[in-house]
Amino acid sequence: MRYLPLTPDDRTAMLAKIGADTVDDLFTDVPAEARLTGPIHDLPGHASEMAVERHMHGLAGKNLVAGDMPFFLGAGAYRHHVPSSVDHLIQRGEFLTAYTPYQPEIAQGTLQVLFEFQTQVARLFGCDVANASMYDGSTACWEAIVMARRITRRKKALLSSGLHPHYVSVANSMAHFTGDELQSAVPELSVDTDIADLIETVDGDTSCVVVQYPDILGRMDDLTALAAKTQEAGALLIAVVTEPVALGAIKSPGEMGADIVVGEGQSIGVGLQFGGPYVGLFACKQKYVRQMPGRLCGETVDAEGRRGFVLTLSTREQHIRREKATSNICTNSGLCALAFSIHMTLLGERGLRDLAQLNHAKAIVAADRLSQIEGVNILNKSFFNEFTVILPVNAREAVHELASRSILGGVSLGRLYPQEDALSHAMLVTVTETCTDEDVDALVSALGEILP
Amino acid sequence: MSMNNQGRPTRSEDVRIQDIGTKGANATFTGNRALILEEKLIFESGSIDRTGVDLPDIPDAKSRLGGLERSETIGLPGLSESETVRHYTRLSRFNYGIDLGFFPLGSCTMKHNPRLNEKMARLPGFADIHPLQPQESVQGAYQVIDELATWLKTLTGMPAIAMSPKAGAHGELCGILAIRSALEARGDAREVILVPESAHGTNPATAAFAGYKVEDIPATKEGRVDLDALVARLGPDVAGVMITNPNTCGLFERDMKKISDAVHDAGGFVYCDGANFNAIVGKVRPGDLGIDAMHINLHKTFSTPHGGGGPGSGPVVFSAALEPFAPLPFVEKQGDTYKLVEEENAEEHHAQSFGRMVAFHGQMGMFTRALTYMLSHGGDGLKQVSEDAVLNANYILRSLEDVLDAPFAPSGYCMHEALFSDKGFAEGFTTLDIAKGLIDEGFHPMTMYFPLVVHGAMLIEPTETESKEAIDEFVGALRHIVAAAKSGDAKLKAAPHHAPRRRLDETLAARKPVLVYKETQDAV
Repeated sequence: MRYLPLTPDDRTAMLAKIGADTVDDLFTDVPAEARLTGPIHDLPGHASEMAVERHMHGLAGKNLVAGDMPFFLGAGAYRHHVPSSVDHLIQRGEFLTAYTPYQPEIAQGTLQVLFEFQTQVARLFGCDVANASMYDGSTACWEAIVMARRITRRKKALLSSGLHPHYVSVANSMAHFTGDELQSAVPELSVDTDIADLIETVDGDTSCVVVQYPDILGRMDDLTALAAKTQEAGALLIAVVTEPVALGAIKSPGEMGADIVVGEGQSIGVGLQFGGPYVGLFACKQKYVRQMPGRLCGETVDAEGRRGFVLTLSTREQHIRREKATSNICTNSGLCALAFSIHMTLLGERGLRDLAQLNHAKAIVAADRLSQIEGVNILNKSFFNEFTVILPVNAREAVHELASRSILGGVSLGRLYPQEDALSHAMLVTVTETCTDEDVDALVSALGEILP
Repeated sequence: MSMNNQGRPTRSEDVRIQDIGTKGANATFTGNRALILEEKLIFESGSIDRTGVDLPDIPDAKSRLGGLERSETIGLPGLSESETVRHYTRLSRFNYGIDLGFFPLGSCTMKHNPRLNEKMARLPGFADIHPLQPQESVQGAYQVIDELATWLKTLTGMPAIAMSPKAGAHGELCGILAIRSALEARGDAREVILVPESAHGTNPATAAFAGYKVEDIPATKEGRVDLDALVARLGPDVAGVMITNPNTCGLFERDMKKISDAVHDAGGFVYCDGANFNAIVGKVRPGDLGIDAMHINLHKTFSTPHGGGGPGSGPVVFSAALEPFAPLPFVEKQGDTYKLVEEENAEEHHAQSFGRMVAFHGQMGMFTRALTYMLSHGGDGLKQVSEDAVLNANYILRSLEDVLDAPFAPSGYCMHEALFSDKGFAEGFTTLDIAKGLIDEGFHPMTMYFPLVVHGAMLIEPTETESKEAIDEFVGALRHIVAAAKSGDAKLKAAPHHAPRRRLDETLAARKPVLVYKETQDAV
């Protein structure tokens, strides 16, 4: 077995040192009636690299690959081009095969990356501080709601109808057990976001208002008035960003007054990967830092006075506080945070701004092309790279039709909100820098064929 | 010297000791040391006008950003590609990884990460597919999830599994929420989860996060759960127990089945923390020990990389009693087709699910890696893995017990890790010094000060992917370091001397947190 270095002679010598006759003797603490002897049933035997590759290639080959065809899906996971050097660098063994940096003298690489990552995220989101990352956007969103409860000592959270339905679903599952009271609604096919409603509804019992920016239908609004009204009520404004590339073009939530900004960082540096692993982004105002969940990296000095970095404020965390911790979280999404940070460093501010403008311009061109198809309407007046298309037919069926023509055309709202008939003709279309003019041509002409 | 009750130094003055390293005769003008080069922060070396990415021309289009254009400078420095590669390559050399050497971090299972796993995870058919693609277009992805699920269910002897939890602690939460759902379903409002005092900190944190009160169960002198104390505490208010098996002392809980039976008789459920599953794969099935839920750290037992702190992956296996409450979504095979059971169709036959824990389906990139690892080993190889892991750990235990106090060694063999205490060190010398001494000798330190039940704990987990020679070398080095700690060698107290940094001041970092870079900080 290629990963196991012990030889039969080694094993014999080691057993002699231990004073055991057989390796099975080492397992005598396992009650005899439960101990397995002999081979494991129902599983195949070991296999060569070649044989394993063949099997995995076979499975991979059963999937339609985004890069092989016109592709317009988004809704919380976005296909951007990731520069080759990102994947090369994250595969350096010193990053890939390192552990959590609990021995900082030999983990300065990971720690400096986390410090840089935290700074990048804080600046992108317009916040004072950011943590070293969370599992993903949906869990970061729930942790933010819990954090707002801790800070305000209130239990009622208002979730915008424009919040990703999976994020709402995660929060609802958790709130059932924690006793948090969540108010949420299904989005309406309206040009406007529900910010005006949220401003109306927020009150003295509200712990937080959670608003996605741009929202699930691609719409966006200035959050300034909402932030002011929310804070006036003694509540926190939590902004959720599922497409961080947008912040190269539009104002950051922090700039507009959000108290906590969370997001999904997958767009930058991390590929689609069928939904994971991704990287949750989490930032907030300085005054709330000790209520933050998750790992934090901080600057310090070593015994010779040289700058160095360590994990810090760990008195918030489970390994010190046990049942009194701010969260049970014990990990971050280190390698994905590294990928995010490398890609952001390659882009730099100029690259990020250009990338954002490119996405936006391509999306405008595509939206205009689609709106010229008879019976097709674009819901949004404003959007970044994702917008809602209203079709004259059931959008879920249209998406299947398109897939059968080797076009991955968008995410139907029927997939996200299966119970809502009012949304059944709507489809989210995302256009990033990876979409070519020919891809848009193909989508337009295929829709032309499918639609009555 | 100030220490906590496990003997870990907590004050920075402990580390500000005479210098032997870079300020002495070996100092360089730059601070660089041959292959180890100091590296600035990107905020010091980069520029907001520099970029390492060339993009195509931007088509003409009138902005539709609704007046939200970002005008202020963001402050994100860029580097060219060449500088970027160099920046991260230099930083990488400040890190210790499994690829470099022996990494015996107890309870963390730092085994070799096969590169075939990485290659397979990057096949476009897995890496470049969207989680919301039409289901007919991702049948191969669902099949990966289903095949991995089958392996895990077979190895654990459990009938059901939730694949979506993102990490071990997230899996714990999944299991505890399923237990709470099952109790709610029968109208039983139990409030307490029992956790052994040797448990990992995530266990009590998870139970509390799920709304439970946490009570400690003591350990016996042999390092195992005190069965009598546990049974005495059971009652109508106890929702369940969270037990790690093999436990954090590196021992198998011999009474596991008795514990499970007693908890079940009292109307509760048994959660098993599967962090140490690597010791028992193919040797015993948790399902045969009465476990109701157990998470499996794919990043430990099944070799997916730790990545400097995640991403992990923590699928949870369930007993039949908890199966109806497992979270959404999951993959189901219907004839030749794989279907996703999610919010939309859960009503039909999974109406009692406690709901969704994450967006999408979990850590697909880790599923492909773990499945690749399992296929490589096969059933026979996985059994050999556990046997070699346990053999290596016992070999370490017997090779060091004459110089280090091994509090539980007299009671028999250990499983996958060997536990020692700091007993017998010279005045002022601690486990931390041993760890820093190992750094100088080119080894990653063991887990220190955990579990809390042993003073100055040193938990050593070699894993099966270490050779006898590598272990002998480590044991030899550690014996020298222990001798230095016993004799009170001042050089050890100031270690590490040869790492990129000397001991770091954690107290300063916590007292005045600097969590982001500020351009003005040098000027102040």
